[in-house]
Amino acid sequence: MKAHRKQRLFIVLFIVAGVSIAVSLALFALSENINLFYNPSQIAAGEAPQGQRIRAGGMVVDGSVKRDQQTLEVLFEITDYQASIPISYTGILPDLFREGQGIVALGRINEQGVLIAEEVLAKHDENYMPPEVAEALQKAEAAGKAHFKPTAADSAVVTQEP
Amino acid sequence: MKVWFYRLGSPKWFYDIAGRCLPWLAWSALLLIAIGTVWGLVFAPADYQQGNSFRIMYIHVPTAFLAQSCYLMMAVAAVISLVWKMKLCDLVIVAAAPLGAAFTFLALFTGAVWGKPTWGTWWVWDARLTAMLILLFLYFGVIALQHAIQDKVASARATAVLILVGVVNIPIIKYSVEWWNTLHQPPSFKLTEKPAMPSEMWLPLLVMVLGFYCFFAAVLFMRTRNEILDRERRTKWVRELVQKVSSR
Repeated sequence: MKAHRKQRLFIVLFIVAGVSIAVSLALFALSENINLFYNPSQIAAGEAPQGQRIRAGGMVVDGSVKRDQQTLEVLFEITDYQASIPISYTGILPDLFREGQGIVALGRINEQGVLIAEEVLAKHDENYMPPEVAEALQKAEAAGKAHFKPTAADSAVVTQEP
Repeated sequence: MKVWFYRLGSPKWFYDIAGRCLPWLAWSALLLIAIGTVWGLVFAPADYQQGNSFRIMYIHVPTAFLAQSCYLMMAVAAVISLVWKMKLCDLVIVAAAPLGAAFTFLALFTGAVWGKPTWGTWWVWDARLTAMLILLFLYFGVIALQHAIQDKVASARATAVLILVGVVNIPIIKYSVEWWNTLHQPPSFKLTEKPAMPSEMWLPLLVMVLGFYCFFAAVLFMRTRNEILDRERRTKWVRELVQKVSSR
């Protein structure tokens, strides 16, 4: 390679490396602010700011959803399997909201430690499967034949059976 | 290898080769997208949670792939253009930028349409969505810079530097769902693992992705050929070509 081309190549590499380092330092410094939500264990550890609107994300605890008979108020708990936080929400929940589903709630935590949510979003995971497969997995789990969660690898195994 | 590299730099050689590839690319794009659309929208099973709305991924995933691939290709072209001063690379960048912007917009739009029923919101400022929006603005910046500078050589150099500065955004888009808590789900496809969906769902998606890549290549070749004719209009071979076509 000719000398002037080599020099230009070094300048190009220098630009790319310099920008990458600068951006990664900035992102590292901002990492807490880039996270969309706090986990329940982060909130329990006091990492979330007090008295401000925050987003909390986690799995809806099985059997924790209680609906008010007269109003649209719903009480439920979310967990990251280390800590959990109760949430109260008045309004219409997204279609994907159900027990065991990941959700993100935006709101303030009151004195009782309950997050009063203004907005609840459902978080979808990366797994997709046909309803029959999901049903078969649920049946197998209910029958106690297998102790597995419906993950991608398992659904692939199930679909291979005739 | 070296001869091949220098021949690729010749606009006339690229014009001929691209012209010969064009029908193949266009027909395979048409065929693959037709097969993938029918397969994905009609024959693939519905999802157990989202029902039929998951089918938008047959557009969303290919456009999002292409939005990033197109930028990476422009970045490679920018390096070659800056270091080896290959004119063809400048023309490819001019041809590719609006395509990349269109694919980024489509990925954002289809994602919003899917997000409303699934998440409960059109838009949320999480890392993946925001990084993708920055990619769209980068494309807009590249297009604007190309038109802002009259001198072709200066415009190409400025554009190439802007593209290289923005390339840091591509790994951020890719890994945003792993580095930070986001509403967007992690990738369903990884090189090292089985896809997180059964084959009757991902096979049509694979066909769609291949079809979109062929479509991108076909449109890119057409646009680059136009750019070559425009930029080389004073050369002998373009004049002869024009005479041959007009005398026909």
